[in-house]
Amino acid sequence: MQLTSALPIAKMVGSNRVVLGTGIVHVAGDANLPPDEEKALRRKLVEEALDSLRAEEGGAG
Amino acid sequence: MRIVHYLNQFFGGIGGEEQAGSPLQEVEGAVGPGRLLEQTFGEGAAVVKTLVCGDNHAVEHQEELTAAVLEHVRGAEADLFVAGPCFDAGRYGMAAGALCSAVQTELGIPAVTAMHEENPGVDLHREGLYIVNSGKNAARMKEVVGRMAGLARKLAAGEAVGLPEEEGYLTRGLIRDRFVGKSSAERLVDMVLAKVQEQPFDTEMPVTSFQPVAKPRGVDDISKAKVMLITDGGLVPKGNPDNIEGMAATRWGAYDISGDDDLAGEDYEISHGGYDPRFVQADPDRLVPLDALRQLEKEGAVGEIHGEFLSTSGLSNPLSNTRRLGREMAEKVKREGVDAVILTST
Repeated sequence: MQLTSALPIAKMVGSNRVVLGTGIVHVAGDANLPPDEEKALRRKLVEEALDSLRAEEGGAG
Repeated sequence: MRIVHYLNQFFGGIGGEEQAGSPLQEVEGAVGPGRLLEQTFGEGAAVVKTLVCGDNHAVEHQEELTAAVLEHVRGAEADLFVAGPCFDAGRYGMAAGALCSAVQTELGIPAVTAMHEENPGVDLHREGLYIVNSGKNAARMKEVVGRMAGLARKLAAGEAVGLPEEEGYLTRGLIRDRFVGKSSAERLVDMVLAKVQEQPFDTEMPVTSFQPVAKPRGVDDISKAKVMLITDGGLVPKGNPDNIEGMAATRWGAYDISGDDDLAGEDYEISHGGYDPRFVQADPDRLVPLDALRQLEKEGAVGEIHGEFLSTSGLSNPLSNTRRLGREMAEKVKREGVDAVILTST
């Protein structure tokens, strides 16, 4: 899967499992947040990334 | 002019799909489409050798085949290498493209092939080769061979080659300077006017098209999966040991994280000229989210994190290059039993 903030590029090249990141300069974080909140945000993004990698029930995907 | 011609088993007259496993065979003189090629060239040109190989054999043994073909072309003292036309035969196109590229780069001998624009060989080799647009229909053989001969004559003579639409080859995605009568502003207004009047016009900036990639099946149980982190954001250990270029990177690296719970800014640097690297420099987990993934691994939500993360720099890079980098990374991923990859892109 691809974690990216450049969604149009991911779509253009045909990535088929995409999670939207939090910005080009910190795709898996946010420098504006206090450290603990940033860590929680990163964990959430990684969990979403892992979710996108799971096989769909009953489907081929 | 001495020509060496490559054909698959079908056009080489060995047989159909049942002969797709046939190894490389060498025939003196022209065979099938090669006779037409000779006729089109007329006097002074001869197909001195025809190389015929089954489509499956060609794709399954590409390195061996390439080495053998290079040897034959060198031995025949060829002035020109021609492969196909391949029309929409995918394995044939992939082999023809790879062989033409190798002959051109390794031996410096001009090479020409022909394919339908959706042949997978086009996508892999269009930037480096002149590939005549053959369409799908083999009934157009004569016309296609005519165009191949015209183009080949120019290449062999070292003459300037015209634009794709003039010469009949598939666009290579290259930019070439030339003088035109109107400024870009005038041309743009002409295009807009044509568009609103529903008249035909040609864009000067065609968007690169990508073949769709089939979505692979997901992972059944992430808690047992081996997951790898990859980034195109240019994160490298201090000192950039693999000298990964900050733009148009030709290399990628694999870096050990097996003992780490967290990536520290003082151990890494960013080789990427396309974004402000200060935030990632301060905390590389913002690009390669090892801390969060390690925590999930410890909690049992993820089976195992691969002991290395892979990195390159994704900026202003020709597709031929990025495809190679991707292919090389994918080979490692497969070889090392990785079940899933998180690729972070800036």
